[in-house]
Amino acid sequence: MDFLIGHYNYWIVIILMMVGLYTVISRGNLIKKIIGLNMFQVSVFLLYISLSTVEGGAAPIITEGVEIYSNPLPHVLILTAIVVGVATTALALALVVRIKESYGTIEEDEIHKLDQSL
Amino acid sequence: MIIDIASWILLLAGGGLGIVGGIGIHRFPDFYSRLHATGITDTLCAMLILLGLGLQAGWSIAAFKLALIFMFLFFTTPTASHALANAAAHSGLKPKLSSNDSDKQAPHD
Amino acid sequence: MIDIIIDITLLTFLAITSVAILRMSNLFAIVMLFGVFSLLSAGLFVVMDAPDVAFTEAAVGAGISTVLMLATLALVKRQQKPHYTEETPQTHRPWLPLLVVIVTGSALVYGTWDIPAFGDPDAPAQTHVARYYIDNALQETGVPNIVTAILASYRGFDTLGEVAVIFTAAVAVLLLIGGRRPKSPATSKDKESKIKPNLILRVVAKFLIPLIILFALYVQFHGDFGPGGGFQAGVIFSAAFILYSLVFGLDSAEKIIPANWLRILAALGLLIYAGVGIASLLLGENYLDYTPLGSNQIAGQHLGILLVELGVGITVAAAMLILFFAFAGRGRD
Repeated sequence: MDFLIGHYNYWIVIILMMVGLYTVISRGNLIKKIIGLNMFQVSVFLLYISLSTVEGGAAPIITEGVEIYSNPLPHVLILTAIVVGVATTALALALVVRIKESYGTIEEDEIHKLDQSL
Repeated sequence: MIIDIASWILLLAGGGLGIVGGIGIHRFPDFYSRLHATGITDTLCAMLILLGLGLQAGWSIAAFKLALIFMFLFFTTPTASHALANAAAHSGLKPKLSSNDSDKQAPHD
Repeated sequence: MIDIIIDITLLTFLAITSVAILRMSNLFAIVMLFGVFSLLSAGLFVVMDAPDVAFTEAAVGAGISTVLMLATLALVKRQQKPHYTEETPQTHRPWLPLLVVIVTGSALVYGTWDIPAFGDPDAPAQTHVARYYIDNALQETGVPNIVTAILASYRGFDTLGEVAVIFTAAVAVLLLIGGRRPKSPATSKDKESKIKPNLILRVVAKFLIPLIILFALYVQFHGDFGPGGGFQAGVIFSAAFILYSLVFGLDSAEKIIPANWLRILAALGLLIYAGVGIASLLLGENYLDYTPLGSNQIAGQHLGILLVELGVGITVAAAMLILFFAFAGRGRD
């Protein structure tokens, strides 16, 4: 039971990762692929922050009367990762807009067909 | 002790209102009535929860911040409902006036 | 006990939302569910004692990402009736991806068998490098928020790279969709039906926008003592202008902040950050070593962290606005 509660976080992280990966691989719509990629990223953030919590700890801001703090290093890493993730998403969405203007569709199958028929 | 009981009651009442709003979204038949369900319950739910938290915080800077959050939510939740209803009316969604009306709505899942 | 229950509940909701995103086919609903997903994960970060990360995830994931996706959806659909882009079914062949996912998932679950339990204080992650930062960050930098101290001072190079990444993304999006859409014959007939000016939204927006900007400045300068810092402040600052542009129209917003200013500001933030490093070099120490900037080490660290976070905030705000105006301006004729 303790093992279950202690590892539930990580199993949900794996489920989110796999759902995100499955969305990217198997769905044909470009925007859905981008959202799947974002889900994958958020699951990785959850993994790191789960690794950094300490039971009975507080947020890593030095205050009076608190002795145990959570690990601040993964927080810094994930802060950077979140912002880089939004930069990547914005660029991917701009590419989707240009693809739509050139091909007229955002479904991957139809884009392949149009490419092959040129 | 009495503060603890009071804040428990307020938090549970706020949470219960949130659940009621959620059931409303699920059960109402049409977009405008669903909007009505959440637009009203969300503001009161936020106020009760924030009041319960404020009782726990006592007279401190945290209580002031909670009051500011409440003012912000008080102004923006009804405005957001209004903006949604305005956009829906503008794009032609008609309210379902009786249960015999065919659904003249956007195709949805 | 209670926080374990909250943790498990939020995680279960997150898993259910992700499966719902996978299975739905209406793109608009999927984008809204993605906003819910981001907000749930921000709540989880708060429960797991990471307020800085939760702040950034809520502002960036549930705010800017959702706005950009909605702007893309508006550009990608063509009709003006509320008939949103449906994903055509049967475009997927599910068996091979399912096999890949199951194999990878099982390997990862096998890997988690040996991970120390959630919250274990003796885990290797908590006992080596982190102890140094928790014990010494306040004495060496004078900043109580350890995350800000690490971000701006100890690991300042990483943050410089990150600001460069945001700047590059803004430049790249400008190159891709910064101009007007090329005229195609289909678009000359359907005019974007304009929403008439709405009194309630205008009044409430005029009341809220100064408060949002004030809050952004508070988050920026209070980042040393509480959760906050340059990124969150930049995003909130840009949210104020995005709200203005949504309520009053893109043309009025571009009169307030001309596009040239935004490009100059984005570069200026990065220049401030790199310039602090060069100033340290010229004063005799290493690049991005803040000690020579003040009379003693603590004063130098304070000034260095302030300038660096200011640079980050300016670039992030300008970059988010460049992104939004690029997406919103592409749909105009």
